[in-house]
Amino acid sequence: MNSKVLMQGNRIIGEAAIRAGCRFYAGYPITPQNEIPEYMAENLRKVEGGVFIQSESEIAAINMVAGAASAGARAMTSSSGPGISLKQEGISSMAAQELPGVIVNMMRGGPGLGNIRPSQGDYFQATRGGGHGDYRTIVLAPGTCQELADLTMDAFDLADRYRIPVVLLADGMIGQMMEPVVFKEPKPRQYSADYVLKGAGTGKAKTIKGLILDPLDMEEHNWKLDRKYRVIAAKETRCEIFNTDEADIVIVAYGTAARVAKGAIKRLGDHGIKAGLFRPISLWPFPTEELRRLAGTRKKFFVFEMSTGQMLEDVRLALQGYADIAFHGRPGGVVPTPVELANVIVRQYRRDR
Amino acid sequence: MIVKTIFSGFGGQGVLMMGYSFAHGAMSEGYEVTYLPAYGAEVRGGTANCTVAVGDEEIASPIASEPDYLVVLNTPSLYTFQNRIAAGGLLFLNSSIISARPSRQDMEVFAIPASDIAEELGNARAFNTVMMGAFLKRTSLVKPEIYLKSLETVMGSKKKAVVEINRKAFSAGYDFLKA
Repeated sequence: MNSKVLMQGNRIIGEAAIRAGCRFYAGYPITPQNEIPEYMAENLRKVEGGVFIQSESEIAAINMVAGAASAGARAMTSSSGPGISLKQEGISSMAAQELPGVIVNMMRGGPGLGNIRPSQGDYFQATRGGGHGDYRTIVLAPGTCQELADLTMDAFDLADRYRIPVVLLADGMIGQMMEPVVFKEPKPRQYSADYVLKGAGTGKAKTIKGLILDPLDMEEHNWKLDRKYRVIAAKETRCEIFNTDEADIVIVAYGTAARVAKGAIKRLGDHGIKAGLFRPISLWPFPTEELRRLAGTRKKFFVFEMSTGQMLEDVRLALQGYADIAFHGRPGGVVPTPVELANVIVRQYRRDR
Repeated sequence: MIVKTIFSGFGGQGVLMMGYSFAHGAMSEGYEVTYLPAYGAEVRGGTANCTVAVGDEEIASPIASEPDYLVVLNTPSLYTFQNRIAAGGLLFLNSSIISARPSRQDMEVFAIPASDIAEELGNARAFNTVMMGAFLKRTSLVKPEIYLKSLETVMGSKKKAVVEINRKAFSAGYDFLKA
């Protein structure tokens, strides 16, 4: 019944979200993710209880998501760069209020309005919380359209399990491209929903709030959130390790950059250089232990990002000087070819020897 | 094996439909596929192009820096992409509206009067399917029946007459290269 279909990345997110039980979507248009609201507008109305709202602004959208989550709905919003910046106040609020929700960021060239080409410049914003205050969001970075479908479904599960906003971080290229995809069955939901506000009844009164004026109470709330983040960091890291067994050099890249890297690895073989790939799938929590284990046997790492070097800092933190780390970046909306990346790595490798 | 094809023309000529239906057909043949459209400020009458990669192994990058095949429907597309084709590559052009020819000698050029053929069949707009017929005849990546089924699928609930004219257009393009 779940056969292979050819679908565009953005539309895959919409379909996967609805299959995962998303019943509320609010968003404001921005390229390169407009097909997400388009798909939700067309298809949420076909499912029972489905609500689609094109909001008056990005800020309104994220606050509507918070509202829907408070009422127990699986809720999602999506945007790109500038729009995600606007949503940060709401994401910070949701983190404080421990509300689940899924936020999709189809990254484009920045800073500022930048352009609409694929980029990875929002890594810091996504993995460091993004808004004000002491909090984290789970960040998942798909590399293929199939992973886009799987991770969208997982994002809703993680959001509910930990009562946390989950960011799906991809870029304009994955959003616009089509690949065959098979939608999996959604996992059963086994989470406590005792925080959900259901209106006046006979039960105990409940409050969802982020304003905690007593600093000692707020401190305790911060430590409570921190304990949750530690559990997530211990349990929810994901990565793909490819071709590293015999590798002279390990490329570290995520999302679209990892696809370019895989193409480069093939070409590096022609130059007599054995290269492997370490691809973080969860950007927060970052797969630090997994990467560090690799550094036990492999000593040359090459970070490649479509930015000036953001994940690079997490790689340095993970490897702590135990291995050599080189870097190549193409910020601003440029997607380099595998040939270019291979040439850069060959030069680097020969210089080092 | 991974082969990459760029389809390019004016917005509205149906280049994205060509790439989409081809990718769908290749998927039905059991290949790995990626389809990547140029996106952004594209408008009707402006330029549009898409890249389809087909392979029997995982396709890393969906971008083609050196496409194996190029299908162009207008002159600006020929100028934009002719120098990117890999040496020994194949170029399919709609000779009804493109009078220019590439200066490079290291590729094979197929000039198909697709608009004229489609007009004779009664619907000039089906010329892109004529091109697909010629393209698949020469590249053999997707069998005709499988492609036509995919074309029907991706066209959705279009009228029967439209499906019929596209079948005829495909056959005309397919047979054109036989001669």
